[in-house]
Amino acid sequence: MIEHTVSAFDRELELLGRKISEMGGIAEKMLSESIEALINFKIEDAKAIIATDSRLDTLQREIEEEAVHIIARRQPLGADLREIIGAMRISGDLERVGDLAKNIAKRTLKLVNDQRLPRAMIGLRHMGQLAAMQLKEVLDAYGQGDVNRADNVWHRDAEIDALEDSVFRELLTFMMEDPRNISSCTNLLFCSKNVERVGDHATNIAETVHYIVTGEKLPVERPKLAQ
Amino acid sequence: MNDSAAQDAKQAHTAEDKIIVRDLLFYYGNGSPALKNINLSLKKNQVTAFIGPSGCGKSTLLRVLNRMYDLYPNQRAEGEVLLDGENILSPNQDLNLLRSRIGMVFQKPTPFPMTIYDNIAFGIQLYENLSKSELDERVEKALRGAALWNEVKDKLNASGLSLSGGQQQRLCIARTVAIKPEVILFDEPCSALDPISTAKVEELIDELSETYTIAIVTHSMQQAARVSDSTAFMYLGELIEFDETSKMFTSPSQQRTQDYITGRFG
Repeated sequence: MIEHTVSAFDRELELLGRKISEMGGIAEKMLSESIEALINFKIEDAKAIIATDSRLDTLQREIEEEAVHIIARRQPLGADLREIIGAMRISGDLERVGDLAKNIAKRTLKLVNDQRLPRAMIGLRHMGQLAAMQLKEVLDAYGQGDVNRADNVWHRDAEIDALEDSVFRELLTFMMEDPRNISSCTNLLFCSKNVERVGDHATNIAETVHYIVTGEKLPVERPKLAQ
Repeated sequence: MNDSAAQDAKQAHTAEDKIIVRDLLFYYGNGSPALKNINLSLKKNQVTAFIGPSGCGKSTLLRVLNRMYDLYPNQRAEGEVLLDGENILSPNQDLNLLRSRIGMVFQKPTPFPMTIYDNIAFGIQLYENLSKSELDERVEKALRGAALWNEVKDKLNASGLSLSGGQQQRLCIARTVAIKPEVILFDEPCSALDPISTAKVEELIDELSETYTIAIVTHSMQQAARVSDSTAFMYLGELIEFDETSKMFTSPSQQRTQDYITGRFG
């Protein structure tokens, strides 16, 4: 797109975009590392992830403040308005992704003392990889303003949901087999729920990118896998 | 304008349309037209805003709607402007009658150099023969309609020129409303006013739209966004895009509209 007559406006929007990219990078890394820390019972890594989360919170606040300032000072319209509203929404989603990764890290610290069932982790790891890929795809789509890529992410969310379902059944079986598994399996259930929610946030971001680029909204109903 | 939009604008007269402009061309002299093939409609009891850079033809279009251009030789319009289905560009059109049906408020307040009361009464008396008490009533109603009554009711015999800029503009609106028009054209009515007076005029436009059909030319996109139901973007004498205001200012379909409203123009 051609530049604004007022070049300070361009610089403000660029800064907003850069901060979203930074948040995206941190959130992606937190998610992947939290899954690896969980699978491999890595305490130090889990603690490092927990410590990183505050950076995301700070960035989100900065983005919100800057967006409010731009709206107040420039009264943006059209594509600019969508860009700014989109940045606010995406920063909210990424902040939540950070919280969910942090929660997985916290549960890792608990699970370390009760190292059971590495087998049940395979499905969870797969889910985590899928969610991380979705997140990466949608952030690239945002960076490039690529609506097709965003739409693909939106269409693929049902896969994570289906995986969560199978992880759930698996964990349930373990709990029925041996009540001593209940505590750790419950923690893993929460982890799988967290990963599923990351998928939802990636889908939210896909919807936002679609809106930023086209001005149109994707349908309220999200796609589901055929039963 | 793209074909489908032109098609929509050309559709048959519906109950909601107050003014339909069809294939309108306007010439200031012998050169190329200042308006090129304009097609659009003003909906009844709605506010339609016209935006675009200086010289795009938006004020020209407004001046065609009540045949203001007739005051100048060599200026001519081609095509049709249908007011309730009747072509007002027709040579048989009674211009005094037309201007009583389509009132206009200008950029700079233009009160007559007479009392506040007479500023309003003058226009009414051109069209109607009323008793003193009837006339008093009409003047009060017009001033109330323009949200000016409370500020001037104790000094109706003061000169209209003694009022502040914002009050003068509302006086002109009262003068326009007094002769009970059907359509009111506003040509940048707030560009000489401070923000408080601007807000009052915008509030007034909102109220007036319940009774009248309104067209407003404005250089402030924010004002167009605030007051109008539909917005038309014009550029170099062409209608580039015409749509609901909420659509125009969040996701316009034409690149030139997008560039203009986001401050990326030329």
